[in-house]
Amino acid sequence: MKKKWFTISVYSENNVGLLNRISGIFLKRHINIESLNVSKSEIENVSKFTIVVFTTEEWTRKIVGQIEKQIEVIKAFYHTDEETIYQESAIFKIASNLLFDERQIQNIIKESNAQIVTVSRDFFVLAKTGRKGEIDEVYQQLLPYGIMQFVRSGRIAVSKAEMQITALLRGFQHS
Amino acid sequence: METVKEKKEIPEKGTAMKISGAEAIIHCLLAEGVDLIYGYPGGAIMPVYDELYKFQDKLAHILTRHEQGATHAAQGFARATGKVGVAMATSGPGATNLVTGLADAQIDSTPMVCITGQVPRHLLGSDAFQETDIIGISTPVTKWNYQITQASEIPEILAKAFYIAKSGRPGPVLIDITKNAQFEEFEFHYEPCKGVRSYKAVPQPNIDAITEAANLINKAKKPYIVFGQGVILGEAEKELKALVEKAGIPAAWTILGLSAMDTEHPLNVGMVGMHGNYGPNILTNECDVLIAIGMRFDDRVTGSLDTYAKQAKVIHFEIDPAEIDKNVKADVAVLGNAKETLELLLPKIQPNTHTDWHDEFKKKYKIEYEAVIKNDVHPTKAGLTMGEVIEEINLASNNKAVIVTDVGQHQMIACRYAKFNQSKSNITSGGLGTMGFALPAAIGAKMGAMHREVVAIIGDGGYQMTIQELGTIFQNKTPVKIVVLNNEHLGMVRQWQELFFESRYASTVMTNPDFVKIAEGYHIKAKRVKERKDLKTTVQEMIASKEAYFLEVCVEKEDNVFPMIPSGASVSDIRLK
Repeated sequence: MKKKWFTISVYSENNVGLLNRISGIFLKRHINIESLNVSKSEIENVSKFTIVVFTTEEWTRKIVGQIEKQIEVIKAFYHTDEETIYQESAIFKIASNLLFDERQIQNIIKESNAQIVTVSRDFFVLAKTGRKGEIDEVYQQLLPYGIMQFVRSGRIAVSKAEMQITALLRGFQHS
Repeated sequence: METVKEKKEIPEKGTAMKISGAEAIIHCLLAEGVDLIYGYPGGAIMPVYDELYKFQDKLAHILTRHEQGATHAAQGFARATGKVGVAMATSGPGATNLVTGLADAQIDSTPMVCITGQVPRHLLGSDAFQETDIIGISTPVTKWNYQITQASEIPEILAKAFYIAKSGRPGPVLIDITKNAQFEEFEFHYEPCKGVRSYKAVPQPNIDAITEAANLINKAKKPYIVFGQGVILGEAEKELKALVEKAGIPAAWTILGLSAMDTEHPLNVGMVGMHGNYGPNILTNECDVLIAIGMRFDDRVTGSLDTYAKQAKVIHFEIDPAEIDKNVKADVAVLGNAKETLELLLPKIQPNTHTDWHDEFKKKYKIEYEAVIKNDVHPTKAGLTMGEVIEEINLASNNKAVIVTDVGQHQMIACRYAKFNQSKSNITSGGLGTMGFALPAAIGAKMGAMHREVVAIIGDGGYQMTIQELGTIFQNKTPVKIVVLNNEHLGMVRQWQELFFESRYASTVMTNPDFVKIAEGYHIKAKRVKERKDLKTTVQEMIASKEAYFLEVCVEKEDNVFPMIPSGASVSDIRLK
């Protein structure tokens, strides 16, 4: 089976040890987590993990089965890139003189729809939100001029299909 | 003394009283129906032990000689009774010594609650004396774990611990309790846990899947059942028997399914797996419908998955959704508790006999009998075999004993030849293969089922991993029977070295102590048998003994266990020699 990018979405109780429990499931199978984001979800007191992996669908299905088995996990889903709307964010720290000395920098900023967050005497900070490839592109364009610092966030994603967590929670309470 | 041992009453439901966290732990255990726990005291759990002292008339604590022994005893208790086993230890090394038992209970789905003491909350993360991150360490080997840092959490968390340990697919739960939480006083109020919102213990059976399964079974020419521990855990023994008899389906057990069905039942055809029976393995690849009930297609059962039952439609009765399609793809997956789903299936099943198909198993049995079983159970050579010892135990105990085995050749031989006519009688470390399991597990099994004969069958290697639990047997006068089948080798590893490593016996030869003297040192009645003529009477004497009894049988040093499916080979390639 071919390896692909999968986004795993996990709805869970907000629990101290759960991240350890979930990451252990990947560790046990020697599968790398490419990106991880933990946040609030649309439901009060329910957290959402968004995990990106590059592996086969079979492994992804088995991992999701093991994740769902964890006591505090309400439900886990997996989707391909086509089945989700996703975004990642990146921040670039670049020397301020480049902004004035290198004309091309301004073009890169304009064409990529990146935002200048702040400018100081020594450096300016550029923020870019988008799909993985778009961020990679800005990175590649800026690389020759020198990037002082770079960081990219975990992926955040919503599925095109519905995730019926509220109904599920109601079902749990009545079972 | 009287003042300390004053009677403590359990608070009535709905009323509250102010008590310490340590005392609350005792009340929680009593409320869950626990009257026996295993453990080992130490600094961070002392407040709880002080309460155990006060409550000793209601809640017995068995001091094992090592915390690992406490977990295996709790497992043995759980496996023999179906109740939750409880083990307790202090922080640091006490807690880390529980890890093997937790892992064993996790992989063999044994309900167990472990309670560990922890350094006071304000010292967490300071590398305090006997501080260890047992939550981090135990996460991969527990169904659930939780650290309590204030007394008020105790009732809800312990109630949840018991609910999670025993519900659905059972498993071990570890609750770590900081010392300050044991001292703190709070208003105690206990409510049993009735559910956890994010946890669905038992999936709802799907009627369509059950109908589809029934149709496949009714149309099958060569249906074949493989049953596992799910039948025992789900208490579906009667339903399994009814299905087997109504549809006339040959049924085989996995190592943990053993004793779910009478071993002498004519449709019970034997054991599947690496050292299972010839027919049950080979015919897996000839059946047309494979009905797996409460089993998880472990690699020791399937051999190579690429050649496992490819010709058959697979029906998988399973409580844990994560097991479906994990190793073997199911054509029909029936989720739910086996008792419930088999009950729903039964009325849809048409009576059948499948005589010709069953004859195939009989033919294969004859081949195996001539090639292996005859020589194992009724040997004509001089040296004693493990198989004849098991057979003598069958005869002396009337197939009624609980057999607790360790790991290795003796385990395979015992699981092949021990006869059972009631459930929850075969207690062994199946998934993890924990040497040292049997002696402490037998203690727990006996204490859980005092009315039953409990015989531990152990190799000379595994015996020495937890031999100190003889002290527990001595102190508590636990009337377990201990049989060490001594071949002066780590026999199973030696067998593999002989077959696959050109007989290079790297570190598998054992120079053993005088086991009889050791048992006698603990004032346990002990005998050694070296010759066949003494075997029967000594086994009879052991079974008749009202006290603990140690029997060492010196068996052939280099016997091998057959049949055997070499690691990674197909079930069809099972070897008879």
